[in-house]
This record gives sequence, C-alpha cells and structure tokens, in this order.
Amino acid sequence: MSKKGFSLVLILTMLVFSVLTGCTGNNAEEVDNSSEGAKIEDVTIKFMYLWPEGSSRQQNMIVNEIIDAYQLANPHVKIVQEVLENEQYKTKLQVISASNELPDVGLTWPAGFMEPYVKGNRFTPLDDILTGGLKDSFVPGTTEAYAINGKTYALPLELNIVPLYYNKAIFAKYNLEAPKTYEDFLKVVDTLVKNNVVPIALGNRDRWTGSLWYMYLADRLGGPEVLTNAINRTGSFEDESLIKAAEEVQKLVNMNGFVRGFNGLSNDEGKAEFLNENAAMYLMGSWELPNFTTNDEIPQEFRDNVGYFKFPTITGGKGDIDSWVGGPGVGLFVAENSPVKEEAKKFVKFFVESWGQQAVSRAGVTPATAVDTSKLQLPQLYIDVLNDLGRASNMTLFADVQMSAAVAQTHLDMIQSLFGNQVTPEDYAKKHEEALKADSK
Amino acid sequence: MDKVMGDKKVIALYVLPALIVIMTLVYSPIVMTGYYGLMKWDGIGNMEFIGLNNYIRLLSDPLFWNSVYHSFLLAIFSVISLMGYLTIALVLSGKIKGASIFRKLYLVPMLLSSVAIAQLWMRIYHPTNGILNSLLSFLGSDNIPLWLADQKIVLYSVFIAIIWQYAGFYILIYYAALKNIPESLIEAARIDGASPWQIAYKIKIPLILNVIKVTVVLAVVGSLKYFDLIYVMTYGGPDGASEVIASYMYKQAFRSYNFGYASAIGFFLLLICLVITWLIRRLTASDEEIQY
Repeated sequence: MSKKGFSLVLILTMLVFSVLTGCTGNNAEEVDNSSEGAKIEDVTIKFMYLWPEGSSRQQNMIVNEIIDAYQLANPHVKIVQEVLENEQYKTKLQVISASNELPDVGLTWPAGFMEPYVKGNRFTPLDDILTGGLKDSFVPGTTEAYAINGKTYALPLELNIVPLYYNKAIFAKYNLEAPKTYEDFLKVVDTLVKNNVVPIALGNRDRWTGSLWYMYLADRLGGPEVLTNAINRTGSFEDESLIKAAEEVQKLVNMNGFVRGFNGLSNDEGKAEFLNENAAMYLMGSWELPNFTTNDEIPQEFRDNVGYFKFPTITGGKGDIDSWVGGPGVGLFVAENSPVKEEAKKFVKFFVESWGQQAVSRAGVTPATAVDTSKLQLPQLYIDVLNDLGRASNMTLFADVQMSAAVAQTHLDMIQSLFGNQVTPEDYAKKHEEALKADSK
Repeated sequence: MDKVMGDKKVIALYVLPALIVIMTLVYSPIVMTGYYGLMKWDGIGNMEFIGLNNYIRLLSDPLFWNSVYHSFLLAIFSVISLMGYLTIALVLSGKIKGASIFRKLYLVPMLLSSVAIAQLWMRIYHPTNGILNSLLSFLGSDNIPLWLADQKIVLYSVFIAIIWQYAGFYILIYYAALKNIPESLIEAARIDGASPWQIAYKIKIPLILNVIKVTVVLAVVGSLKYFDLIYVMTYGGPDGASEVIASYMYKQAFRSYNFGYASAIGFFLLLICLVITWLIRRLTASDEEIQY
C-alpha cells in the first residue's frame, strides 16, 4: 500500500472512532439557567421519536415547536431529541429496551406491539395524568387501545381510518359511480377490467395492505365482532364468515381486480399505480390524505380528482357501512425506569394537548384528540373524513396490531398466500386457528 | 530483536490488546448468543431459562427448514456461478482488447450498496413497467412472469441479483491470482505448443487452486449468512417463498419478539457455517504446496 493510501486509511479509522465515541453523546449537559431561581433542579428529558426532518418535515417542525414552547415555559427542563426513521426506530427501541436504557419519553404503537414492553415493566402507567379532563379530550375508545389490564401505558397522537380512495376522473370516464353495495362494487371492477384499467392499486409485499381488504370483507360479512372475537379467543377463526371473506378476496383477485404482481410490490410501488392514474381505487389509511390534498409535489389536477367512499356493504352481511377499519397509530409513553418520571409525564401531557390542532391543520395527521373542524381551514376531504370518524359505529383495530407479534407474522404471511391463490380459504382459516391456539397456551 | 521476541512475557504483552478486542467484540457475543438461545425471552422483559427447548423447537420448525433449504440453494448457485466468474477472469487476464475497461465495469456492482442494488433490481423486475417485462412484452410474449410475486420463481429472481452483486468481487480475486502467475510459465507452455484451453486448464487453474478453494468457502458461508438483498427486495415473501436463515432469524428477533429463539437460530447458523467450512477444507485438502 502506498504511503498516501495508508494515511487515508488512518484518517478514516480515526474518523470512525471519533464518530463512535461521539455517539455516546455528551449533549445532555450545559443547561444554563440564569433567570430562574436556583431552587428548581435542572432536568433533562430524553425524547425519541420517528419523524426525521427529511421525510416528515411537517411533523418534525411541530414537534420542535412544541418542545421549544415547553422549554420556554419551563426553563429548568431541557429536552434532548433523538429522531429515527420508522423501521430503525422499532429495532432500536427493542434493543435499548433489552438493556433497560429506554429514553424518558418515546413513541409506541398500541396493543400487540407494546404488550411485551408492558409485561417487561418498561413503560409506566399514565392514568394519573389522564385525570382532569384530558381523557375526555380524546376520541372515545382511543386510549383503550393502549390499556393493558386496566392501566393506560401511552397516550395516542394519531387516529386513522381506512377509506377506499378512488379517482373521480376515471370513474366519470366510464360512467361509474361510487358504489354503496359490494355487488355494485364488483360491477365497477368488472367494467374497469373490461376497459383495460387496473381497478385497484395494491402493494402486498408489505402484507398489512392486503390485510385491510380481508378485514373489511370479514367485517361486512360477519359484523365487527367476528374477527376480534377470533383473535381474543372468544370465537373461532374457522367461523363461516371469516372463510367466506377469504373466498371473496380470491374472487376479487381472480377477476384481476388488483394491479399485476401486487405480491411483489411494496406499498409505495402499489400507491404509485394510483398516483400515476393507472389504477382507479386504493384502500389505505387516512394518513395518505396530505398526498391527496396539500402535498405540492403531487399534481393539483390529480389531487382534485381524488375522492373516497366507505367500504360497500354486502347484501346479507352483518356489517354496516359506518363500521371502519382503523385505529390509533403512535402514542407517547414514559419509561418506567426514567429518573425524571414526573417531569416526563408533565411533558407528555403538554405535548398531547398542543399536538391535536397543530397536527391536523399543518401536518395532515388526523389526531386522536377531538378537533373542532368548524374553526379550522381544512381541505374538504379532511372535513369529510373527520366527520365520518365522528359518526363511526365501530372501529376495528388493524388485525396485525390486535394480534400478538407471533400470530401477526402468521396472519401476514397467510395474507400473501391467500392473495396469491396459494392456499384455500379453508386452510387459510385453519392456519390462523392453529397459530392463535398455540399462542394462547 | 530476537532476544526480545524470545521472551514469552513480551509476546503475551504484545498479543494482549488485540486478544482483548477480539474476545470482547467477537467471541463474547458468540457465547452470549448461545446463552440467549437457552432462554425464553422477548428481547425486552425478563428471561426465563428453558434449557434446550429452543433448539428442539428449531429441529421441528418447518418454516426454519424451509429457510435452510433456500439458503443452501443459494450456496449451490453461488458455487456454480464461481465457475462463470473464473471464466470471465481467465478471459480478462488474457491479452484481449479493452480488458481493463471490462475489468472496471465488472467491478461497479461491488461499489454499490446492497440497498441501491435492491432498488435497481426491483425496477428491473417491476411487473408492469420494469425493463425486463417491458422487453418481454415488446418481444410479444403474452405470458410475462411476475418475477418477485410468483412464489415459484421469486427465489431465483433474487439469486440472479445476488450473483450479479458479487461478480466484481470474485472476478477481482481471480484476476489478481491469475496475474500472479509468472509470465515465463505460460510463455514456456505456449512454446511447447499448448492451446489456450490447455493453458487455462492445465496450468492456470491448478496454479490458483488455493485461491479457488478460499473463494468456495467464502461463497458458501456468505450465502448461508445472506440477508440484505432478500430483505429489501422481497421481505422473505411471498409467504416465505424467499425466506433464508438470516431473514427468518431477523423476523423472529425483531418482529415476533422471540429473541431467545432467534438467538438459537443464530447459534445454529454459526454451527452450520463452521461444519461446512471444515468439510470443504477437508474435502479439498491436498498435500501439494504450489510454489513458483
């Protein structure tokens, strides 16, 4: 190796080491308070969340403003942030939790995701800050998704429902109307197929995307409880309507209802088919609303063409049209072993109270706190969704979130097989039943 | 110098820093993994000792054996593709026009990160507007395969990307080894009237046999541990059709919260790799030391 090359390697090694040691971070110090009386001790709250500036600029800005406002009102508090991207965030949370080094405040997902953390005594109950009217400011039923054994371990920030978006221009071109019944819906699919338009965009490599279709069909056929009961073991997954729903999925697949090769496409690739106006419909959460309303990167013309309808009802089925698949997304937790637990709780309370209005009007997040839409300047699509949310007769939490982590993996894999026609509806139900049984032992 | 190095204590002193680093960074995690494999642990809360239950479960887990099968298939494919790499290296090391350009071209995939390669191949395999399917439909094929969605072919689609990814690496190794052969040997053979084929098979390949053995071990072990492209391109799906040992381990650890079980898989993978390496070394052992 040449001398130059050697010194290059040397510099690189030194760089790597300085980065590594830098990671352990001494950014927690240097809190200088001259104005405040010396009585209150300075505290540092570590806050880890998942909206990096690059991909979620609006959310990131709001979080920073809330933090600034809180620090201004409480000069003795310093909040240290750590921002990660979604997948990394999940992995890191688990790894640092194993060594009991969770941040004081962080984000979690409800139900199955947070269960091991609660069982492992990593999160602290937040019921004491829910008193005094805070609980009533949440949309009913949302905090319950974060409750285990009667205690609430996190406070929700988002609440999403899953509407069926459609492209009004494509529908108009073939004289189609937003269907109210599933029979009409199938006719729409049929017409689109005959005219060589892809009816439905779907990226099923991510698997939970296909699960949404299955969940709605199960709900419309068997009513809102049947899937939930199968999962919580008061019912069976081999219920007639759950098998029937699987049959309907395959029927739709065999009609060429979905975009070609959906099992190999990621959700983003599937979504692209809808955004490019190749596909006419797209079943996805209300978190996509900014893309259809305020996101300047997507052509105005397209955004104006997007509408949505409620998942159609099936004649003879037990589900009603105002029953939604959806539920709370991320929520804030406080770590059990946090040295500044009380301060962290105060911050969480402040955060939740400030978040709602800001989130919906600027980041397009449908918040878990009730928002008075009449006072806000919002795109019509938002107002419709928020109003429908208010009228919801039922909200079924995403199946893979409801299930324990191990069963969720079986469910998601089976969804791919079902959509790929690799498994019969009966076997599909049987595999679920086996996994649920094994898990409940 | 000899005097200093003759002192056992001094040797121990000099070896110590490196030994400590290797022990803490390499061997202790291995031991810990084996230890976690004996636990029922979600990776978050408390551990519970369950003896060899995880390993017993491993032996009867069809999903695990499915992933083992896929990993071994990949290993076989990698070894077969080594022959291709060797052929290319043989051609490039000969005096042909533009050899240096080709050499650089083949090296390009090695410079890309796995995720970039995965994104690239996902574009190529895209069912409707990917390059491959556009070409096929242009040529008039009406039964266009769904490369990443069809459970029967997804594994091979990913293999091709992996083989492409590593081409530059192995070609470079072979090329360097071939360039090390003294020109005089080949010159002599040529004067004796050997054809290029004979030179390749009778002289060049035997002379770099040691390098070939090393690459076989690298390719097999690398395949068994393989993770990145598969994870990004297919996530092991559809329904486990492209699951390999490492991706199954990752899912168990970080998606199903079975950290103990995942550790058992990891430890098992280590054992497989050790046994395979030993086997390959054993089967290809020869007494001859080649010198030139």
